[in-house]
Amino acid sequence: MKLNLLYFARLKDAFGRDSETLDSEATTVGALLAELRTRGDAWTEELAEGRVFRVALNQELVTPDAMLSAGDEVAIFPPVTGG
Amino acid sequence: MDTFTVRVDAAAFDAGQEIARLSADPGVGAVVSFVGVVRRHGDGDDIAALELEHYPGMTEKSLAAIVAEARQRWPLSAVLIHHRVGRLALGEPIVLVVTTSAHRAAAFAACEFLMDYLKTRAPFWKKEIGDDGRSHWVEAKASDEGAAGRWQ
Repeated sequence: MKLNLLYFARLKDAFGRDSETLDSEATTVGALLAELRTRGDAWTEELAEGRVFRVALNQELVTPDAMLSAGDEVAIFPPVTGG
Repeated sequence: MDTFTVRVDAAAFDAGQEIARLSADPGVGAVVSFVGVVRRHGDGDDIAALELEHYPGMTEKSLAAIVAEARQRWPLSAVLIHHRVGRLALGEPIVLVVTTSAHRAAAFAACEFLMDYLKTRAPFWKKEIGDDGRSHWVEAKASDEGAAGRWQ
């Protein structure tokens, strides 16, 4: 199924892109992260277990057990620093 | 008059004008405001500007949710959050929060609550740009998480 992925701030720079459409078999956010880690380099390093980052599914913060559906918007970004 | 407002905008704000507008309500007895400003010393010591990035859509939704939570906790007459994005030079204002209520306790508490939650929940990211043009992303601070945690 197709997912719309977004990246922000340091992760956008590290991955060299701010968005992509991915055809994925992942059914959970955790499975999607595992799939992205297999890309190597910055993907493996930045998304490693123990690294601090946030995932929003359709603009709500979620944990890795969140279920994915076709057409979902999944954003991955560092902890926020506004204000 | 829109009394509960969230704005995410590159444009500057006029804090005095906003405060005057929100003070005009005859039920209001207390107006508290906070302005965050680009300062010289952050992670680096020669900050010339900040670049503010955000997640359009989620930013507005998360700020609206934080305002809704403040309204459940305190009897507020009005809230304004104006958060700027884009490149902001040293000394420029970044964020304005105004809260109004009949009495000061609610207005003070809500203003601080909104800032603490905004810093830890709203998807904004700061990049510091130094005098030499070099830049780096600001790291999130544990002290901000701690400040937000005290409201739980």
